[in-house]
Amino acid sequence: MSQRWRLATGGCINRSRPLRFVFNGRVLTGYEGDTLASALIANGIRTVARSFKYHRPRGIVGVGAEEPNAIFQVGEGRKTVPGLRATQVELYEGLTAYSVNGWPSVEFDIYAINDLIGGLLPAGFYYKTFMWPRSFWKRYEHRIRQMAGLGRAPDASDPDTYDKRNIHCDVLVVGAGPSGLMAALTAARSGARVIVADEQSEFGGGLLGTGIEIGGMEAGKWVQKMVEALEKWPEVMMLSRSTVTGYHDHNFLVINERRTDHLSNPVPLMSRERMWRVRAKQVVLATGAIERPLVFADNDRPGVMLASAVSVYMQRYAVLPGRSLVIFTNNDSAYRVVHDAINAGAVVKGVVDLREGAASEAADAARRVGVPVYRGHVVTAVKSGFGGVNRINIGRLSADGRSVVAHKGSIECDVLAMSGGWNPTVHLHAQSGGRPVFDEAKACFLPGFSVQAERSTGACAGEFDLSLCLVGAVEAASEALRQVGIDPVTVDTPGTAQHTEAPLRALWSIPGDRAMPRGKKFVDYQNDTTEADIRLAAREGYRSIEHVKRYTALGFGTDQGKLGNVNGMAILADALGQSPSAIGTTTYRPNYTPVTFGAIAGRAVGEVLFDPIRRTPMHEWHVENGAAFEDVGQWKRPWYYPLPGEDREKAVSRECLATRHSVGILDASTLGKIEITGRDAAELLDRIYTNAWKSLSVGRCRYGLMLGEDGMVMDDGVTSRLSEHRYLMTTTTGGAAHVLNWLERWLQTEWPELKVFLTSVTDRWAVTSIAGPKSRELLESLSEGIDCSPEAMPFMSFCEGRVAGIAARVFRISFSGEVAYEINVSADQGLLLWRAVMEAGKPFGITPYGTDAMHVLRAEKGYVIVGQDTDGSVTPIDLGMDWIVSKKKDFIGKRSLFRADTARDNRKQLVGLKTEDSTVVLPEGAQLVNGFSSSRPVPMVGHVTSSYFSATLEHSIALALIKGGRARLGGSVYAPLLDGRLIKATITEPVFYDSDNVRQRG
Amino acid sequence: MLQIECPWCGACDQSEFSYGGEAHIARPKTPADLSDQEWGDYLFNRENPKGWHREQWCHTAGCRRWFNAVRDTVTSRIKAYYQMGAVPPEEDGR
Repeated sequence: MSQRWRLATGGCINRSRPLRFVFNGRVLTGYEGDTLASALIANGIRTVARSFKYHRPRGIVGVGAEEPNAIFQVGEGRKTVPGLRATQVELYEGLTAYSVNGWPSVEFDIYAINDLIGGLLPAGFYYKTFMWPRSFWKRYEHRIRQMAGLGRAPDASDPDTYDKRNIHCDVLVVGAGPSGLMAALTAARSGARVIVADEQSEFGGGLLGTGIEIGGMEAGKWVQKMVEALEKWPEVMMLSRSTVTGYHDHNFLVINERRTDHLSNPVPLMSRERMWRVRAKQVVLATGAIERPLVFADNDRPGVMLASAVSVYMQRYAVLPGRSLVIFTNNDSAYRVVHDAINAGAVVKGVVDLREGAASEAADAARRVGVPVYRGHVVTAVKSGFGGVNRINIGRLSADGRSVVAHKGSIECDVLAMSGGWNPTVHLHAQSGGRPVFDEAKACFLPGFSVQAERSTGACAGEFDLSLCLVGAVEAASEALRQVGIDPVTVDTPGTAQHTEAPLRALWSIPGDRAMPRGKKFVDYQNDTTEADIRLAAREGYRSIEHVKRYTALGFGTDQGKLGNVNGMAILADALGQSPSAIGTTTYRPNYTPVTFGAIAGRAVGEVLFDPIRRTPMHEWHVENGAAFEDVGQWKRPWYYPLPGEDREKAVSRECLATRHSVGILDASTLGKIEITGRDAAELLDRIYTNAWKSLSVGRCRYGLMLGEDGMVMDDGVTSRLSEHRYLMTTTTGGAAHVLNWLERWLQTEWPELKVFLTSVTDRWAVTSIAGPKSRELLESLSEGIDCSPEAMPFMSFCEGRVAGIAARVFRISFSGEVAYEINVSADQGLLLWRAVMEAGKPFGITPYGTDAMHVLRAEKGYVIVGQDTDGSVTPIDLGMDWIVSKKKDFIGKRSLFRADTARDNRKQLVGLKTEDSTVVLPEGAQLVNGFSSSRPVPMVGHVTSSYFSATLEHSIALALIKGGRARLGGSVYAPLLDGRLIKATITEPVFYDSDNVRQRG
Repeated sequence: MLQIECPWCGACDQSEFSYGGEAHIARPKTPADLSDQEWGDYLFNRENPKGWHREQWCHTAGCRRWFNAVRDTVTSRIKAYYQMGAVPPEEDGR
């Protein structure tokens, strides 16, 4: 029979809706309202995972976001999600889940040998052992990660959609426990715009399932009434299953809402998760507190659980984590389990309370129901069998709490409910910039000074008394409202029973049984960090908690140390003889709980929505004609146009030869185009470019190079003077936006006196470029009103007229070294013109060429591509372009060319390379050396920036940056390749073809 | 994500803006007269204060205007905005 550990009555579950699910291949049942964790407990499954390092059997410890052990792979195939906490996974029909750690199974794990040799695996073991020899880490790492078992990514793309939404509010209330609900009601009644977000499926937080009376009614009723009241306000938005995962600058918070993960048959097209991006005027944090484990020997055995979790399982989920319990505590709150367990029909064998003295209201109440209370005692050993805890030893604690003075005996039990006090959930406060402060009396970190518009209230502010929480929540909300200029209305707080709690006693590490000295005391369950590891780190000289964290992996798991961190900090403090306040906390970073990549990406996935795609007006033609495309920035550019049976190499060679011998056609529409107008346009160009511009006459074009203020080449292009005060600048395809911003910035911030306007016209013009000895003849056959003769339209000039009947601006500029024309027409006419040119070019065998051929043609001419032959560390002098650097005027970056480092003579300089074997094409990026060298590392003298096979020259050619390269022309360098070859090449001038520019000027 | 008040467009998310670093770094009038040290100082050295910082922002995805802001580098609180060329507001020493 299934669900043997389910209670017959009670709980917030629906017994009329049984749900089947599969855990590690076993078919089990639970009920609607269960989490995966409660359903596993209902079925008596105690060992649910193996630990990270020692592969010890582990059971469920907690009941919420803090769970460190029950972390599973949930769902199948494309929808599977790794690393989910079973305590936060709602059960649905057909759910499947797997433990990720443990091979071949969690019951029998072969790597449990690590536990027996644990003494050989101290903190820093992996760093100390596997970093030598260093290059081997790559091999070890894979194996170590496999052993550790971190879950796996889906094997195919996610079929679901994810949303993002932006929203504003007056008050964001985080957490819908008693404090959150009370704060929200105060804000709602006062007329504020309110968002309430809670990570659980139901509102109520810590009240859920409890028998507490509040406002004269049972807690569940009160919660229901509160939620109904809140939902009536149109300006209130209530979000359940919604974790506030990040608190960022300027009160920007991110809420991760899980919309369909609890459904077996989600509504089609409904997004699976939603990211709310909230800008809140005020934030009220009511995130509660998480119970703290006690650190004692073998405190990780299945059946050792947080006391509060034991209560919640029994009350809210009506399941019994065990039938005979012992409670181990240092405070009064855990005594609640005594009564909850007895009500649920379990036997409470005793309360082991490490505090001295008999006077305690809670202890008296326990004794009254016949439960023995062992004051001044501790659990010294945990005995476990196949299913987890079966017996514990207790002993009398010495007065200083450092040792056990007498053995008291042992108690049989199957659950040990522990409580080491409470840690307020200060994560969001800390993320907002606050620094939690250690409170000695409460022995926990409390929210510190508020840096942003936020305040904490309730348990997360260290207030553990329910009635005071309710009063505090109203006050917190009222103050938040006043800050945004809303008058808070008076809200009465409901009455609750008051308890007097005796103070807790902080004892961060429990001394063990001398008979069993080897029992490990776990601080961080998820990463198997023990108390001994932290003490070892302290002995080895670690002082900062941030360093100890990295050395011992404390708090490094996906739970981010929600259970273990504060214990670890306090143990370090003890080891160093300091107080926890001197140690402080590690940095709390977003996200509070892990967030899926899907939720982060939202709709911005796939070809279409990840990044905009830009296509030229001629794109359709390129597709029709079988072009292979290349991404250049956001643009799709034709790369080459393979004919049937051609590979890339053949196609590119054919395109190059056709251009050199007749005429080629290139879509150059993507080049950046900026129109520069105004009285001071020439002055601006003079300051931006390295060469002089005022002498350029209307109708002429000039090549320009722009530098950063550091003297390094930033962009280049041809600028033409359209009229007296009007210029058209072209930029590289990828640099267009950057250059526009660059010019704009200088104009606005430094030179506001210049009368210049900049307009981006990149998309306004479609550019068909024709190049080759037949290009003039072709242009003549198409144009009206344009004199194409070399005299009327010399190299670097332009004219306006009609081409194929379309109004056009024709620029005679060349990136190929041939006579070439860039025909600019209005973008909407681009395709029409292109088709007309193709038609008219037929007699010449016109050949479309792509970026690949364009690169080969320009490299043959030694024309650099900024960003390929330069990398932000190259000056014009390094490129051998001294001729374009004005000696007379100042320009951006000029002074930097004379700094000691930019002026030294062994800088990397641009040269050409010709391989000894003409057929060998060097890989781009290949490092260059001077030859064989016995010293290591081999001195690098440079690298290859561009490399192609030139069909025209029937020889491979390359451009390279080589230290002092200009002085080495005619000498040799070697390129050692990954396959072991050492390729010899001769250093040449970077111009391989028509170095006198006869062809392009013709 | 910061919320920045563009003097022309009002409050917008930081993702619409680009950062320009420390404000009031005037480009030297005659760079050629500067020593390497002085030029390097203009080029590379910045205040990097802990506290109030006068800095440039541009509403890149909006009106594309540059302006100045005074921001606390610890809390990222912005206490003032002023236009290019304007005199910066008095510092109150936080």
